[in-house]
Amino acid sequence: MSTTLSVKANHSAVTESAGMRQLLIAGALLFLLLFLLLPLISVFFEALRNGIGTYAEALTEPDALAAIKLTLIAAGISVPLNLVFGVAAAWAVAKFEFRGKTLLITLIDLPFSVSPVVAGLIYILMFGESGWAAGLIADTNIQIIFALPGIVLATIFVTFPFVARELIPLMQEQGTDDEQAALSLGANGWQTFWHVTLPNVRWGLLYGVLLCNARAMGEFGAVSVVSGHIRGETNTMPLHVEILYNEYNFAAAFAMASVLASLALLTLGLKSLLETRHGEALSQSHKH
Amino acid sequence: MTFTSRSALPGFHLALGYTLVYLSLIVLIPLAGVFFKAAELGLAEIWAILRSERVLSALTLSFGTALIAAALNAIFGTLVAWVFVRYDFPGKRLFDTMIDLPFALPTAVAGIALTALYAGNGWVGQWLEPLGIKIAFTPVGIIIALLFIGLPFVVRTVEPVLRDMEKELEEAAASLGASRWQTIRLVLLPSLLPSLLTGFALAFARGVGEYGSVIFIAGNLPYVSEIAPLLIVIRLEEFDYAGATVVAAAMLVIAFVMLFVINSLQAWSNRHKVRNQSLALPVQGAKQ
Repeated sequence: MSTTLSVKANHSAVTESAGMRQLLIAGALLFLLLFLLLPLISVFFEALRNGIGTYAEALTEPDALAAIKLTLIAAGISVPLNLVFGVAAAWAVAKFEFRGKTLLITLIDLPFSVSPVVAGLIYILMFGESGWAAGLIADTNIQIIFALPGIVLATIFVTFPFVARELIPLMQEQGTDDEQAALSLGANGWQTFWHVTLPNVRWGLLYGVLLCNARAMGEFGAVSVVSGHIRGETNTMPLHVEILYNEYNFAAAFAMASVLASLALLTLGLKSLLETRHGEALSQSHKH
Repeated sequence: MTFTSRSALPGFHLALGYTLVYLSLIVLIPLAGVFFKAAELGLAEIWAILRSERVLSALTLSFGTALIAAALNAIFGTLVAWVFVRYDFPGKRLFDTMIDLPFALPTAVAGIALTALYAGNGWVGQWLEPLGIKIAFTPVGIIIALLFIGLPFVVRTVEPVLRDMEKELEEAAASLGASRWQTIRLVLLPSLLPSLLTGFALAFARGVGEYGSVIFIAGNLPYVSEIAPLLIVIRLEEFDYAGATVVAAAMLVIAFVMLFVINSLQAWSNRHKVRNQSLALPVQGAKQ
C-alpha cells in the first residue's frame, strides 16, 4: 500500500497529471488564439469582406502603388546599408579583442530600446526647419524631412541592430581558426573574407537580413514622424494603411494591411525553414 | 585565443572605424541632439513641461500599461513556453512559428486588427460589451496591444532556459519527497527567475515606447488614453519642438535605465546558468 502510494507521488512529482496537462495546453493555446491568431485571421477576413474586386482595386489604385513602390525603395536602400554595417561590426567585435567592446555591443543594440517616435523626432531636430544640422544642407536642394532621405534615415535607425546582432554571436562561436588557416596558406585579407568568413556565416546573414527587411517594410512610428504623410509621395505602405483607416475606408485599409501581413507570414515561414534546415549554421540562440 | 593570435587577422582598423563612424552618424549624434536641444531650454522650463498634467498623465499611462502588460506576459508567456517545451500536441510547430508573429507583423497592421476584434462590434468585443466590458478605445485596449507586442520577448527568453533545465534536478527533488508544487516553487521557479525577469524587462521596455499598435485601439483621449509617444507626435504637429523634445528626453532616460537593467539581468541570468549546470553535475554523478 505504502509503496504504490509513493510510486504514485513520485510520478506526479516529475510531470503533471493528464488532466492538468490538458488544462495547461488549452490555456496556452486559447491565449495564443485570442491574441495572435484571431488578429491575423481578421486582417484577411476584413480585407476580403467586400469581395475580391474591391480588394484588387484597393491595391492597384495609384496612391496604393506609390506606397508600395516607396516602401520597396526605402527598404532597398536601408537593408543593404545595415547589412554592410552588420558585417563590419561583427568582423571587428567577433574577431578581435579591444577595450570597450561590451559598451560597443550595447550601443549597437541601443536603437531597439528607443521608441520609434523618438527615432523619427531625432532627425526632425537635426534636419527640420531650424534644426541644429539644417545648416549642412541649407545650400543644397536636398530635402531630408518630409522626403525620401528622412524616411530612409528613420528606417535605418529602427533596423540598425538586426544584422549585427545575428552575426556577432555567430562569428564569435566560429572563432578565427578558419581565417588563420586561409591566411597561412597565402590568401589575402579580402580573399579570406569572401571565400572563408562569408560562406561560413551566409545562413546567419540571410536570417538577419530577413528580420531586418520585415521591420524595414513594416516600420510605422519612426517613418510616420518624418514622412509628412503626403499622399502618393511620402506615404509608405503602413502609413497608407493608417490614412485609409482614418478615412473609414476599412476594406482598403485591410487590403493593404493584408499584403503586409502576407509579408510577415512569408518572413516567419522562411525564418522557420532556416532554423530547421540550417540551424547548425545560425547563432546559438536560434538553434532548435 | 590570445590577443596576438586574434589580431593577426587583417581589417581591424577598417572594420572598427567604419562601425564607429556609422554608429555615430546614424545613432549617437542624432540621439545626443535630443539632450542638447533639451539643455538649451534650461532646467526651469524642462521642469515646467514635465510636470504639466498632460505630460505627466501620458508618461504615467505609458509606464503603467507597459508594466501591467509585461506582468501579464510574464505569466502567460511562461505558461506558453512551458507547454511548448514539456508537452506534445497537434499543431505545435505551427503555433511555435506563430509566436514570433508580433516581431514580423507591422505594428500598424496589429493595431487595426486588434481594434477590429476588440471593438464593440468585433468578433471578441461583441461578447464582452453586453457584460459592460469595454476594451477598444480605453486604457484596457492599450494593454491588449502591448500584450500582443510583448509576448515573444518573454516566450523566447524563458523557452531556452526551460529546455536546458536538467530534469534530474526535478527528479532529485521528487525522490527527496517534494510534491510537484514544491518542486515547481523551490526548484524550477528560482532557476527560471533571471530569464523571466529579463523577458519581463524586454517586454516592458518595448511597451513603454510602443506607438503603432497602440494608437488605433487606445482612443487617444488626453489625460485618459493618450500615450507618451503620441503626445510627442501631437507636440510636433503643433510645432512645439520644446515640448516634444522634453517628453522624448524623458523617454530616452527611461529607455537607458531599462537597457542597463536588462544588461544586468542578462549577466545575472548567464551566471545563473553556469551555476545551475555545475550544481546539476553532482546529482548526475550520484545517479550513475
